[in-house]
This record gives sequence, structure tokens and C-alpha cells, in this order.
Amino acid sequence: MLKRFKVLLVCLVLSIQNYAFAALEIVITEGVDSARPIAIVPFKFEGVGELPMQLSDVIAADLTRSGKFKPLSFADLPQLPSTDEDIDYDAWVSKGVEAVLVGSITQQPGGRYLVKYELIDVIRAQITGGETRMMTNGQLMKSQDHIQESRQSIINEAGFRSYAHQISDVVYESLTGEKGAFRTKIAYVIVRENTDKPYQLVVADYDGYNEQVLLRSNEPLMSPAWSPDGTKLAYVTFENRQSQIVMQDLYTGKRDIITSYPGINGAPQFSPDGTKLLIVLSKDAGGATEVYLLDLKTRKETRLTKHRSIDTEPSWHPNGKEIVYTSERGGNAQIYKLNLQTGRSKRATFDGDMNLAGSITPDGKQLVMVNRTLGKYHIAKKELNSGLFQVLTRTRLDESPSIAPNGSMIMYSTLYNNKQVLALVSMDGRFKARLPVTDGQVKAPAWSPFLQ
Amino acid sequence: MQLNKTLKALLVALPVMTLAACSSSSSVDESAANQNNGANASQSGSNVEVNTLTPEQAAAEKLQQKYEALRQEQIVYFDFDKSSIRGQYAELLQAHADFLVKNPSVKVLIEGHADERGTPEYNIALGESRGKSVAKYLQSLGVSDSQISVVSYGEEKPMVKSRTEEAFAKNRRAVLVY
Repeated sequence: MLKRFKVLLVCLVLSIQNYAFAALEIVITEGVDSARPIAIVPFKFEGVGELPMQLSDVIAADLTRSGKFKPLSFADLPQLPSTDEDIDYDAWVSKGVEAVLVGSITQQPGGRYLVKYELIDVIRAQITGGETRMMTNGQLMKSQDHIQESRQSIINEAGFRSYAHQISDVVYESLTGEKGAFRTKIAYVIVRENTDKPYQLVVADYDGYNEQVLLRSNEPLMSPAWSPDGTKLAYVTFENRQSQIVMQDLYTGKRDIITSYPGINGAPQFSPDGTKLLIVLSKDAGGATEVYLLDLKTRKETRLTKHRSIDTEPSWHPNGKEIVYTSERGGNAQIYKLNLQTGRSKRATFDGDMNLAGSITPDGKQLVMVNRTLGKYHIAKKELNSGLFQVLTRTRLDESPSIAPNGSMIMYSTLYNNKQVLALVSMDGRFKARLPVTDGQVKAPAWSPFLQ
Repeated sequence: MQLNKTLKALLVALPVMTLAACSSSSSVDESAANQNNGANASQSGSNVEVNTLTPEQAAAEKLQQKYEALRQEQIVYFDFDKSSIRGQYAELLQAHADFLVKNPSVKVLIEGHADERGTPEYNIALGESRGKSVAKYLQSLGVSDSQISVVSYGEEKPMVKSRTEEAFAKNRRAVLVY
């Protein structure tokens, strides 16, 4: 009886803790929920005082947010093991999970913590009984092939969140075969009205935590874009009462004005090799808005589009040889693909009234865009081979889509309660999540490349 | 329309009032206003000193008054996704053009803005095209290219922060800033 009460108490405490961390509002909206059930068991803590933070909360949130996994709720866990040896495989299989993550956090002297974890394939373990014998070099060896991952590390208090994301990456890659993107960051612009210098350029963890302001300005900031090595941002500033493209080093804070022509200086995008920028200028005769390619070494730009109508929003194909951009040459704005070698453009989108802000997924197979149909702006994608077109979101005024470096999710800005917020949608459109509402209008998210 | 009339009336009345304030004589007739226009018109008698000072003050105040009047109406609104100027703004822009032609040293900055629909980059282009429409309109009325500059803020600086149709309409604008 007392034991049962204790478990209940632990549950209560844990669920309160869960609420405290569950700043992300998760909304699964449409389609069959195909997320795979797994279990993330709270890591066993051995030490005095309080645990700085429960790693499993962050890991479970990461994996849920990927749209690919559905961690069991705490109440559904049949037991609380911390190593493979403690696991009752049958109990987990009967809960319908395929994998269980267990671990422990042991306090060490000097504010350090030893973290050990194992990812267990409980279905395989149920078959083998946790041990198989296989022939290796003519000898019968014991094997534990149901343990998919077994790792450990020593971290300090400040490293908990980052290490949790690292574990999420390991679990994600182990279970999907695809690299995880949980240790990435996002850059965005937040407008904190009624504060001094309301326009702020910010970098945060991909989940919105650890926000760091890189620049505060009295005038608008736009279009942050990551250098492929993740050390710099290019963006647009209006601090001198005109638009200018600036490149800022994230670690030294050094700022470098890239272009400052009369008219538009906008929409910078680093080439995959980091040596060039696609930009938009309106400096030339006639003043049309055109796409240019700027060499960062020589600082010379070459004009890529020549048309009287608006050409903007250039974005690289990951092969570095093609780009996509938005053009109004056909009347309404549509996305065109330009081959940099031949200089030829071809229209790529035909669905709805308008298509804008195109970008190509890291595998080069899909085009992600903002689609306008019947006056509504939503994030959509098109499979480049089959031409299959799919609208992914249903929220209001969705814009600025930015694709995760592993191609699994799209971050975009949308309206929620009349505020601009960031949201995530999985590439299949089935899973949607909103990032925590902050104290301002959040816009122009840019997902970082993989960071080390 | 009404503003324009008020403006004209002010333009006439202003030098008169200024003269009245500066002149020691209590009566002001039409010749006083004429003196004001013909700056160096030869004068006789004790008024000479007063007349040399008066044109300067009148000119300065005239400019100020004109600025103030112009500041009342300096926004041109646009239809959704359009950058053509509606007919209703002909008089407003004519007033600005007249002023700029008469004062070639004065410069105007035209800010182009868009509502939040459409992507931020597209709206920067749209805002610029609105600003340029106004610039071209002023140029067609004789304003020198060197007096005009255009900056587009796209959807980044909404005048009204809600997201109703009315708010969007208020945000699709070009603003003439002196």
C-alpha cells in the first residue's frame, strides 16, 4: 500500500515537472497518426539534492516533436528500469512499444554527472531472451544484439539540455536510419513592441530554448540566413534608413556590410559551399527587383534574372548548380527554377493562385513553398519527380518556411491568437506543433545546418 | 480638396498677417502684399527698413505653414496586391508636386508599405513598386528625380497592428516623408 502511494507520489511530482517543461503546445491535426510507440523511461538519479533537469523529458519532447514517435505517457510505463538487466521485455512488448530508452544519472564530485543510457529493442529481446549465441570465427559467442545503443558521458549542469538533444539524435538515427536534427538552432526576428530597440535578431535551440539576442535595432530586420558552417548569419537591416545586407559572425560579433545599393538589398542565401550569396537588388536601370549572385571574395555581383516584373526569394538547390526563385513574369507570382550553367529558367509551380518562397529539400526531391489558394496562404510541397502537390498547413498567414537540415520538418511563421509565432510541420503534413508563444511577434525563422 | 482651398487661403493670408504684425502702420492694403512678392521693389519713405526684413520672415513662415499643411495628408493607400495610384489621390499628389517644384532644394522620402498577406520578400518588392509609382507620378508633374528617394519596408512596419481587412487596407500605403 505504502509502495503504491510512493509510486503515485512520484507520478504526481513527475507530471508536475512535465508541465513545467512542456512549453511547447503539441497539436496533432490530421491524417492517421503513424507515429511509432516507444518508451523513454525517466533516468534513475543517484546523488544528493535535486537533479538539475530530467534528460528524459527533453528527449521525449524531441522525439514527439519529430512526428515520428509517440513516447508512452508516464502513467503507462509498466516499470521503471534503468538498465537492460532490469527490463521485463514482455511487459513492454505488451504495451505495444518497439524500443525502450533507459538510463541513469550519477552525481560526481565537482558538479559533474555521469550519464549512462541504453536503447533496447524489446521485440528482438523478447525473441532472444536478451541473449543470443552466434558463431564468430568458429566460436560460439554471446551476443546482445537487442541493445541498439549503449553509451555514457560525463556532463556538467549547464550541459544537460544539450546532452539530452544529443541522446535524441542517437535514438532518432538508430530507429529511423536518418540523422537527427535536435542539436540544431534557429535564427529568427522577434519584434518586441514597446521596448527600446524593438527589432531583435535572435538565435535559439531548434525547440525555442536558450534564446540569445544577437542584435537589437530601432528599425526592421529581415531574412536571416545561415552560412553552411553555422558560424555566420547574413540578414537585412534598415538601421540606416535603407535596406542593407549585413553578414555577422555569431562568435565575434563582427559585422560586415555586404550590399548597400539604392533600393532593395534583400533575401540573402549562402551557397552550399559558402563562397557566394544569392541576393535581391533593385539598383539597375528600370529598377526591377532582380536576383543576383554575389561572390563573397571579390564582392562582385552578377545579375541572374532580367525581367520587368518582380523576381525575388532566391534559394539554392543543394547541388549548388540550380536555384529556385519567385517571379511575377507570368502574371501571378510563381516559382521558377534556374539552371546557373545554361541561364535558363523554367516554371516549377502551377497549383493555386500563387506560389512563393520556394526552397528545395536537402535530398533535392521536393520543393517547399508558400501557396495561396482562394486567398489563403499555407505551406505546401511539391514532389519534383511526380509533380504531386500537397498543402501541409491550415493555419493563418503561414509564411517563411525553413527546412530542417535532415529534411524531416519545416519551421514556419504563422498567426496564433493574432500574434506571429513559429510552428513546425512534418514533411508529410501529419504532425504539427507550435513553439512557445513569446513576448513579441516572431518571424523569418531560419533553421541552421547541422552543428558540431 | 477642402485642405487645398484652406492652403491657398493661408498662402495669401499669411504674408498679409506677417506684414501686419511687423508694420508699424495700422492699415495694410494690397500694395503691401505686392511688395512682398517683388522683393526689391523700390520703396519710398520710412517703410524701407521694414520691407527688407519682411520678405525673409514671410518666406520662412510660409514654408513652415506649407509643411504643416502637407503633413496632414501624406499617405496614399493602395488596393490589394496593386501598386497603381487611385484617382482620388490626384489632388493630394499635385499639391506635393507643386511644392517640390517650387522648392527644388527640398527632398522627399517615399516609404512603400504592404499588408501582411504574401511573403515578406514579395512584400518588400511590392512596397518598392508602390513607392516608385508615387515617385513616377511626382516626376510626371515636374518634380526632379534628385529630390525623391524611395525606401520599401514591405510588411515590416504596419501602421495598424490588427489583422482585419480594414487594418490591411490601412497598411497598404506609401508615405511621403519630408
